[in-house]
Amino acid sequence: MSLESLDIKARSATTSSPPGARRTLEVAKLIDVSRCIGCKACQAACMEWNDLREEPGVNSGFYTNPADLSDQSWTLMRFYEEQIEGSLQWLILKDGCLHCAEPGCLKACPSPGAILQYSNGLVDFQQEFCIGCGYCATGCPFNIPRYSKKDQKAYKCTLCSDRVAVGLEPACIKTCPTQALSFGSKEDMLAQAEHRLVDLRERGFARAALYDPAGVGGTHVVFVLPHGDRPEAYGLPRDPKVSAAVELWRGWVAKSLGVFTMFAVLVAGIFHYMKVGPLEVKEDEGKED
Amino acid sequence: MKDRAYDLTSRPKYEDDPNLVLRYSHAARLTHWAVAVAYVLLFFSGLALFHPYFYWLSLLYGGGAFMRVLHPFLGVTLAVLFYAYAARIWRDNLLLKSDGEWLRRAFDVMNKRAEIPVEGKYNAGQKLMFWSMVVCILGLLGSGLVMWRPYFAPSFSASARRAAALVHAGIAFVMFVGIGVHVYAAYWTKGSIRAMTRGYVSRAWARFHHPGWYREMTSGAAQAGKRDPAA
Repeated sequence: MSLESLDIKARSATTSSPPGARRTLEVAKLIDVSRCIGCKACQAACMEWNDLREEPGVNSGFYTNPADLSDQSWTLMRFYEEQIEGSLQWLILKDGCLHCAEPGCLKACPSPGAILQYSNGLVDFQQEFCIGCGYCATGCPFNIPRYSKKDQKAYKCTLCSDRVAVGLEPACIKTCPTQALSFGSKEDMLAQAEHRLVDLRERGFARAALYDPAGVGGTHVVFVLPHGDRPEAYGLPRDPKVSAAVELWRGWVAKSLGVFTMFAVLVAGIFHYMKVGPLEVKEDEGKED
Repeated sequence: MKDRAYDLTSRPKYEDDPNLVLRYSHAARLTHWAVAVAYVLLFFSGLALFHPYFYWLSLLYGGGAFMRVLHPFLGVTLAVLFYAYAARIWRDNLLLKSDGEWLRRAFDVMNKRAEIPVEGKYNAGQKLMFWSMVVCILGLLGSGLVMWRPYFAPSFSASARRAAALVHAGIAFVMFVGIGVHVYAAYWTKGSIRAMTRGYVSRAWARFHHPGWYREMTSGAAQAGKRDPAA
């Protein structure tokens, strides 16, 4: 939903600049993976606040449940069993939209205003303008947007834009029992993460690191990863960026070249006709006998 | 006084004019225009999705959501009609030795400095257009299927869909240039549009533009219906 109290920083498929006079505080969600116990309270809170209900699924033999993100599950605890430094590690990651500073979904979206980026950093889908083309999923380097079978529209975590707009923290933050989730200004969250990293390194997690990938301009959901040298072990891409194909396809060069080509063909036709004139055949052309 | 019905059967028919030669059959013309209509609808909807300046074109389809649903169905329609048509005319589009001369002097042809005798039903420019459309439509169909939500896209990886989207847009613009040249060439070469609307060309037109085809049309073989060069 579009909220007037959140200033718009970028709007999909829009040719005019967004209003830029005001500035708002850049916010972020910090997910401290080292504190997460995998209780799934955040999943429940997300469904509760957003009025979503996943269809009961099938036990696939993993703790990850439901099996994947969907139009009804905007956040999902993913469980991984990984061999790290000779021991089995049970890794848990709260998956969902990372709210990129340079969102590939917004870049790819062809429908004006179907994806908004607010100046506080939240990236929000406006389903009423969604045409169901699937371009956002093509643009996303994290495989986040999911389509509803019912309405063919794309859904994902809003970072509770409706709550944040009125000064509340996102529902998952409010419910987290171990303070694995925090919400505040991005600056504060980075400082808190730094503090936490020092602590983790002292406790033997020498490679603990912050996940705030620069390839997408940083994100507004950042992670403290105890095994920060191996983001893939948590299902996170090492160096995510919007694919070069998408950059080329949705970039201004290709768009301008396309439009230029169109007008060039039109102008070439008009000029040729004016200069050369129509090719007409005389009625007795080629008559030999 | 009571109006009476006009009896039009005794009137001379358009196609009875001895000065006219049949160039495109009913089936060929109808297929051509069906493909043309599908192309225009595909072009406008594709353009609306390609560039936000043209998103207003989605209003022609009752909004973006329905346009997005319609576009791939139109695409398949175009491909089916085009290849059905292509299956009938591909032999006439095989490049012959004599086409080399036409291509070498294409610039002279375009500037009305020369008209190169054409052996078959189509000149070398038309043949290249034909084959480029065969390739473009295949490329658009293939890349379009990869992106087609919700039916086919979920079975392809994100990188396949990204590549398909880029290829689709790229080929679409090659095709636009091709169609632009095709439409202009038809407008420029007087008599061509009438050939594709009413089916007939004048004998002078046929002798001038396609002398080889004209001879074939007027020779005994064609009259005996061995193979219909107007197909």
